[in-house]
Amino acid sequence: MKTDFTGTAHLFGKNIDTDQIYPGRYLELVKPEEISKHCLEGADPDFASKAKPGDIVIAGTNFGCGSSREHAAITLKSSDVGVVVAESFARIFYRNAINLSLPLIVCKGISKSVRNGDIVRVDLESGRIENLSTLEVFYGERLTEYAMYILKNGGIKNIFREKSADRKQ
Amino acid sequence: MHAIEKMLARAAGKEFVTAGEIINCSIDFLELNDLYLQVVKSFYEMGGERVWDPEKAAFVFDHYSPAPTIRTAQIHKEMREFAEKQGFSHHFDINKGVCHQVMPEAGIVRPGMILVATDSHTTTHGAFGAFGTGIGATDAACVLISGELWFRVPEVMKITVTGTTADNVHAKDVILNIIGNLKADAAVYQAVEFTGDYIESIGVADRMTICNMAVEMGAKTAYMKPNRAVLDYVESRYGYNYVLDETDTGFEYCREEFFDISDLKPQIACPSSVDNVFPVDEVEPVKIHQAFIGSCTGGRLEDIGAAAEILKGRRIADSVRMVVIPASMEVFSKAVSKGYVQILIEAGATFNAPGCGPCLGTHAGILAKGENCVSSTNRNFPGRMGSTEAGIYLASPALVAYSAYKGCLSDPRLSREDSK
Repeated sequence: MKTDFTGTAHLFGKNIDTDQIYPGRYLELVKPEEISKHCLEGADPDFASKAKPGDIVIAGTNFGCGSSREHAAITLKSSDVGVVVAESFARIFYRNAINLSLPLIVCKGISKSVRNGDIVRVDLESGRIENLSTLEVFYGERLTEYAMYILKNGGIKNIFREKSADRKQ
Repeated sequence: MHAIEKMLARAAGKEFVTAGEIINCSIDFLELNDLYLQVVKSFYEMGGERVWDPEKAAFVFDHYSPAPTIRTAQIHKEMREFAEKQGFSHHFDINKGVCHQVMPEAGIVRPGMILVATDSHTTTHGAFGAFGTGIGATDAACVLISGELWFRVPEVMKITVTGTTADNVHAKDVILNIIGNLKADAAVYQAVEFTGDYIESIGVADRMTICNMAVEMGAKTAYMKPNRAVLDYVESRYGYNYVLDETDTGFEYCREEFFDISDLKPQIACPSSVDNVFPVDEVEPVKIHQAFIGSCTGGRLEDIGAAAEILKGRRIADSVRMVVIPASMEVFSKAVSKGYVQILIEAGATFNAPGCGPCLGTHAGILAKGENCVSSTNRNFPGRMGSTEAGIYLASPALVAYSAYKGCLSDPRLSREDSK
């Protein structure tokens, strides 16, 4: 999995909850391509139609608060969002994202220094985040070794699948 | 160590753990709700064949109960088939209720256990001195295969609550006040312990309501040292074979907060965040269209009883529809015996089958654009109960019931003087 991303920023506020990321009325959908159509619908109804692959979501504190629904991470992942940068993440969303290999990074102050449409570069390995439109540079909190290991393997399922195969041999 | 750390250490097979450490814990129980057929799919995708322990996992059909659509009926069908094939010893179908209510009722929850569920309100079980936390579908599938899950040992925040509440001020008002003061991200990745003479004095239902909403401050888990009421409940349903962990004297909390609730007024969380909380007398008497009593937060016997006390001999306003959903069939049955159901039906309420109902906007009382709902539930995010252009006001069951009677947001402390 790549760890270096450059894309257009979409800016969101603080406490973006999972009902805004993925409204409860669509929870019965199971196909990723259907789930992606409602990405961030509660916060910006046009997001799904305007976001391009590799775009970057920037948010304030407590991104992903609320329910444990994994659809919130699935919808961002299947919308080909490159990486989510927030001032902090809610715990269950954070776990779900890592498990599904949706790249994310915590960076204090980021939501005040990026505007909608800025071009942003994020390097997960070093934690370096550069706003290419303003040339400002920030350093986010690097992921733990275990989280990075899951991300690089394309998600926890791949790791378990290998373990299951090993056990059977 | 804190009691929570002792539980985690025991589950990880370690003598000692400290905050920030990543540990692998064995899980005492995994509860799966009916939103996530993905758990079953992921289980097989990861090479799973048999679950680690069919006595330690169960489905609870609550979010889509009874099935409102063909798709959700299919989800229930495939889950029933999986439970049967794997030989699950517990199964909670559409006739049981909301997961966090039926698990303690069934004698599964006890102090000292590690309980995970595919639902964020799993913090509820801190009321029983258990470590309960919500997880996603993929984490749940990992538990189904291995019986284990990694955790970061959380820092612990202590919230001391003292005093006694006034008439028609409830545990729901206490927790809304705490969240309103500390805000929605106060405890992200931390555990929250509630203590103080108020917490020691309250019963199981009120403790569950407070721990339930700890997740709305971002808490990973909640904890209350079990009191006699909790232990009586656990001993009558589970038995005596549990571990009571004590926090060591001198344990250092990451933060301490104090609340005296003696003068607390009824509270309302206004649209559209749970921390947007004001005392009732600072909120406009907004006209309401729906009043809802239900959910894992506010659908217990005591909640329905509080609503019945307010509405006895009264009719709700013509402009209001009132939906009541008991949190479980046991609650429903007791509410019938106590006469609460008859009182509420005569007041004009509509009852639905036990389950989550409209709390998360899937069925059984969805809101239209421009409507306002006063609700005993836990979240008022945009679109949570239907249209993103509906307003949700969170409050105690007493405030919900009195507002249904008046047709607008109203202070339940005025109920007694109000001529019947």
